[in-house]
Amino acid sequence: MSDDKNLDAVTGPASPEGRAPLTLINVREGMFGAKGDTSGYDGLVQQVQMPGASERPYGEWFDGVVDVLSELLGDDADEAIEYVVVDRGELTLYIAREHLLAVAQHLRDDQDLRFEMCLGVSGVHYPADTGRELHAVYPMQSVTHNRRLRLEVAVPDGDSHIPSITSIYPMNNWHERETWDFFGIIFDGHPSLARIEMPDDWVGHPQRKDYPLGGIPVEYKGAEIPSPDERRQYR
Amino acid sequence: MSTDTKATGPFVEDPDVPEYTVYGSDWSEVAAEAARLGQQRIVMNMGPQHPSTHGVLRVMLELEGEIVTEARAGIGYLHTGIEKNMEFRTWTQGVTFCTRMDYVASMTQELAYCLGIEKLLGITDDIPERASVLRVLMAELTRIGSHLVAVGTGGNELGATTIMTTAFVAREETFRVIEAISGLRTNNAYVRPGGVAQGLPEGGVEMIRAMIPKVKEGLDELALLQMENPILKGRLKNVATMNLSACMALGITGPILRSTGLPYDLRKAEPYCGYETYDFQVPTSTDNDAWSRMVIRMEECYESLKIVAQCADRLEKMGDGPVMVEDKKIAWPAQLSIGGDGQGNSPKHIKHIMGESMEALIHHFKLVTEGFDVPAGQVYQAIEGPKGLLGVHLVSDGGTKPWRAHFRDPGFNNLQALSIMAQGGQMADVVVAIASIDMVLGGVDR
Repeated sequence: MSDDKNLDAVTGPASPEGRAPLTLINVREGMFGAKGDTSGYDGLVQQVQMPGASERPYGEWFDGVVDVLSELLGDDADEAIEYVVVDRGELTLYIAREHLLAVAQHLRDDQDLRFEMCLGVSGVHYPADTGRELHAVYPMQSVTHNRRLRLEVAVPDGDSHIPSITSIYPMNNWHERETWDFFGIIFDGHPSLARIEMPDDWVGHPQRKDYPLGGIPVEYKGAEIPSPDERRQYR
Repeated sequence: MSTDTKATGPFVEDPDVPEYTVYGSDWSEVAAEAARLGQQRIVMNMGPQHPSTHGVLRVMLELEGEIVTEARAGIGYLHTGIEKNMEFRTWTQGVTFCTRMDYVASMTQELAYCLGIEKLLGITDDIPERASVLRVLMAELTRIGSHLVAVGTGGNELGATTIMTTAFVAREETFRVIEAISGLRTNNAYVRPGGVAQGLPEGGVEMIRAMIPKVKEGLDELALLQMENPILKGRLKNVATMNLSACMALGITGPILRSTGLPYDLRKAEPYCGYETYDFQVPTSTDNDAWSRMVIRMEECYESLKIVAQCADRLEKMGDGPVMVEDKKIAWPAQLSIGGDGQGNSPKHIKHIMGESMEALIHHFKLVTEGFDVPAGQVYQAIEGPKGLLGVHLVSDGGTKPWRAHFRDPGFNNLQALSIMAQGGQMADVVVAIASIDMVLGGVDR
């Protein structure tokens, strides 16, 4: 996955201005994920992208929530909300990290928004998405209005800092520690950003895509079966 | 970065304060020395191996006499990298991984995961009703089992072994039915993307109906044993209290949240699998304590039995039928039936692919080894697990394997409340607090 040396040649300009606001999930080469197959599709290159920005009207209650949030953010709204995606009946707001705290504060406190709970933060690693490799995904739950939306913050691998929202949503304390542990996203302002699942002295962040799954080859009836991530497999 | 990245730094920051590390035998010596110095503060390490910690949980306690002044939970001892592993298996194989997270409520994870995949595929409405009823049936049996373990081990941890044995005997009845339907007691891999692994066996409805009074009997016995028991009341009432605002601040869901008076249950708030068509109540309390949580879990078991009875009626009325989506590109090629030896097989299907149709064999091989493609995108699916809101975040890159599968285990989130529940209370009540949170470390650590 991370050995795509000529990625820029394939994906075109990677500068944030020059590209459509999409998340590049993966760039696949070949037909079956493994190099050197005999199918003749070895040179195939496919870009896989997240569903793109949605146009208004978003439908359901989505427009209202985005309107209220934009109004509360005032002049910062355009900068704070990078773009909005409505896909499979779910609303995703891509938020610039500088404005995450303000957005979270409004989401929790405004009576028309009232997302009382943040259901944690899930990290996702997109190595091919140059400049936006690490994503933090926050599902927000409103008990009052019985709604759920998703905030997504993307940061570059070399500068993986996101402000901690534990001052607004204390329940995210352990969740942010987990995402730091597994993805190496640094949540600035977290009261104690220590590893939570891996041992304190662990090196690396295991759920990144460039971190191997591990395992050893197993011999079975004279044949050697490689470990799961080394196996020739469909992808 | 100035953040301290050690979770387990020294408790005593002042280097001048003498520190003694005790491993058991020389207690009296150290106690005498501490008394001489006038130091009353004791830091005690509870776990990771301790029967009352529902797995391997470490709790670091700072004590002043019998009073807990600080409690910190240390987790990670049961981390097995399930989420990472799922990225290397097909969507269907993932079921056998996520079922091992919270192993006391296996099918809860399966259900949330499969509902998530179906949302990604856009086939939520195509799931046969029969499969949805079976899913509800299994989810409720799982809920009863999980609550019985919570109540039973909770009693056992206080020394009341009979509470545990009574609860486990009742849970065994649910396991008999689960085993007859899925072939396994736990870690069932029964709920599959597109439906369930197999339909009801011969005499399934009668078996479910015969089970209900037996479980009810166990619950009644448990209630008789507990509800007027003065020792249990003394140990649980007004212990490990947590009010509504504390619960909201820490994102607590499930029986703990409902013990503060908020009837928040995703089966009602955001119904899935047709829960809106079942008749059941959401028990609540306003006592905020460990006792009310235990009572709520007992009441929920009775409510779940009501749902189970409704499932049996529906299954009887529906008769035989498919339990998988019709789409042959997604549906598992064969419907297995459980033999007397507990192994699944389908002689008809084997005859078809081995003797009649080469195309069917190729199709079987492709679907089973390669799996099916899931369109690129992400979803979040939340369901009401026995322990609270179980959320699944799935990302697909359009391939046959998840790009990312993240589970928000309710126990992981709820365990954060241990400090609030335990601090200021007696040391013996830490055990009560842990039992009333009812997390399973397999789910917490994943």
